[in-house]
Amino acid sequence: MQNPYWPYPVRIDNVITETEDKNLKTFKFIFLNPEDEEKFAYKAGQFAELSITGKGEIPIGIASSPTEKGFVMFTVNKVGLVSSFLHAMRPGDIMGIRGPLGNWYPWEKMEGKNVIIIGGGFAFTTLRSSIIYMLANRSKFKDIHVIYGARSPGMLLYRDELAEWEKRDDINMHITVDATDDPDWKYNVGFVPTITEQKAPPSDGETYAIICGPPIMIKFTQPVLDKLGYDNDHIIMSLENRMKCGIGICGRCNIGKEFVCKDGPVFTLGELNTTPKEY
Amino acid sequence: MKVIKIDKKDWAGGLGKLSDAYRLFGPVKDKDVSDFKELAAGELPDFDFLNTNLSAKSAVFPQNEVMFEYSLDESQEDHHIMKEPEKDYSPRAVIGIRPCDAAAFLLVKRNFDTPEYKDPYWIRAYEASTFVGLACNDPGKTCFCTTAGCGPFHEDGLDVLIADAGDHFLAKAITEKGEALLQAAGWGAEADGGQIETMKKAAEAKISSTVSTDSLKDKVTTELYDASFWEDTAFACLNCGTCTYVCPTCWCFDIQDENYGKAGIRMRNWDSCMYPLFTIHGSGHNPRGTKTQRVRQRFMHKLKYYVDKYGAGIQCVGCGRCVRLCPVNIDIREVCEFMNSYDPAATTCKAA
Repeated sequence: MQNPYWPYPVRIDNVITETEDKNLKTFKFIFLNPEDEEKFAYKAGQFAELSITGKGEIPIGIASSPTEKGFVMFTVNKVGLVSSFLHAMRPGDIMGIRGPLGNWYPWEKMEGKNVIIIGGGFAFTTLRSSIIYMLANRSKFKDIHVIYGARSPGMLLYRDELAEWEKRDDINMHITVDATDDPDWKYNVGFVPTITEQKAPPSDGETYAIICGPPIMIKFTQPVLDKLGYDNDHIIMSLENRMKCGIGICGRCNIGKEFVCKDGPVFTLGELNTTPKEY
Repeated sequence: MKVIKIDKKDWAGGLGKLSDAYRLFGPVKDKDVSDFKELAAGELPDFDFLNTNLSAKSAVFPQNEVMFEYSLDESQEDHHIMKEPEKDYSPRAVIGIRPCDAAAFLLVKRNFDTPEYKDPYWIRAYEASTFVGLACNDPGKTCFCTTAGCGPFHEDGLDVLIADAGDHFLAKAITEKGEALLQAAGWGAEADGGQIETMKKAAEAKISSTVSTDSLKDKVTTELYDASFWEDTAFACLNCGTCTYVCPTCWCFDIQDENYGKAGIRMRNWDSCMYPLFTIHGSGHNPRGTKTQRVRQRFMHKLKYYVDKYGAGIQCVGCGRCVRLCPVNIDIREVCEFMNSYDPAATTCKAA
C-alpha cells in the first residue's frame, strides 16, 4: 500500500529572495530519487505539502510549470513555524515534498478559449505556473491577458519574467502597483479592480477568468467581471485553508462537504456560491 | 451463519486460547469508567458496562500514533528522510465492542479508505481486527441507535455478535473471520438461533429515544447553514471537545513533529473541530473563529455534509455518548430535529 503521507526526499537547489520586504523566497527543489520526479507529475494550479523534517508541513501552490523539467519550484511567504524555518534553510539542505495535491485549473475546458489571469500580492505562484504552461502550449489558447498587481514595484514576484512577458506579442500584460514614487516605473498605477475595469476584455461568453489574491481584491474585482459579462461558471478561483493531510482525510479544510485540499483548491465562483463561505 | 452456545465457565478458557493467536482488546474498568484497552495476559474484558466512556475507535485509530521516524543527524546517510516505523499489525480481536461502535467503523472507513487515497495506518489496523460484539440487552436512555441506522443487536461491522443469556453467551458468527475466531477459541456447541431474535426484539422495544433524519438530504446546505437556531444551540458550549473525543465516528486528526535530540517522530493525534486552532490560518484569519461556527460545523458535518457526500445516512450511530457526557447538555437528538424540520420560509419575517 502506497503511503500518501510519505514525502519524497528533495534537496534545496536554489533560494531566491523575491520581494523588497524579504518575506517571500522562491525555493527550487531537486528530487533525491529521479523516479520520484516522474511520480510527482502535476498540472498548473495544484499544490504540495512542503515537509520540513522535525518542524512539520505547509501546503504551498506549485510555482513551476509542468513544462519545466528537472526541478520543482515554490514561492513561500514567511508566516509561521514551518515557513520561518524554511526561510532560514540553505541550498543543499534535505527536506521533503508530498504531492501533487488537489485539483488544477480547468485546462481541458480552457483549450481554444480566451483566458484572463488576475492576480494580486503573493497569490501569483500557481498563476506563474499557468502562464509558463500556456506560453509553452500557446496554440491551444486564444487571447491571453494577465493583470497582476502588488503594493509596490519591489513587491512583485518574478520581476525578470514579467519584463520578458511584457515584450512578447502573444500575451497581454497589465502589471500594476498600488502606488510608487519610482520615476522610471513604466507600467500601471492603481488597484487591481480598477485596472481590470480599464484593461480586461469583455467576455465573449466563453472567456475564462482565473482570479487569485487577497479577499479584498476578489471582493472588488468580482463586480467588474460581472459587468464585463463573465458568468459564475467562467470565474475560476483558488482557495486556501489550513491543512494537514492534504488528501481529504484529516477533516479541517472543508467548506461544506467539499475539502479544499482534495476537491479544490480550484473552484468556480458558481460552485462557491453553493457552499458555506468558510475560507 | 451458525449460532454457538458458550457456557460462561468456558469463557476465560476460550479467551486464553485466543490470546495465543490474537492481541486482545476489551472494555476494562478504571475507577468508575470503562474503556477499551489491550488486555494483559489472563485479563478478562469486564462486561459490566452500559457503554465505554470513549468509543472503541482507538483499537484501530489510536489517540496518538507514530506515522514516521527520522534522524536530524547529518552524519547519518538518511538524515531528514521520513521512514515508516515497524508496527504490529498481527491479528487483533476487539472483544465486547458494542454494535454501535462496530457500525461506526464502517462509516469512518469511507473517510480513510477512499478510491483516491488509502490511509495505510487505519486500513492495516482495521484489516487486522476481528470484532466480537456484545449485544445490548438493556440499552440506555440516551441510546437512539435504532433510528440512526444501527441497533442493539446490529450486525454490520461485526464479525461475531455475542448476547448474554444468563449462564451462557450466544455467539453468532457473522463473517468468516468471526467463524475462525470462534474455532480458535474452541467454542463449538451449536445452539438454536431463535433465542437471539427474541432477545433482539425485546432490546429494540426498550429504545425510546429517536431522531428523524429523512428530510436532511433535501435541505439546501446554505439555508441550513444560515439557520437562526445555531446561535442558540451553541450558546452554552464550552468548546471543550468532549463530544468529538468520545464519538466513535469523529475521525479528525492533527499531524505534529516531535523531536528528541537528533531524532524524532512525525505523529498524528486526535484533533477536534471544537478548537479554534483547528482551522486558523497562518495569517491569523480563522474561517471558523467563533464557537457558534464550530458547533455548527460539528452538526453540519455529521448530519448534512456526510449525508450529501456519501448518500449513506448520517455520520452518527446513536451511541448517545455526546449526549451523556456534554457538560452543558447539548443534545444531538434535539439539533437533528431542528435541522430535519428546518423550513427557512417559516422563519423569515414577512414584509409588512
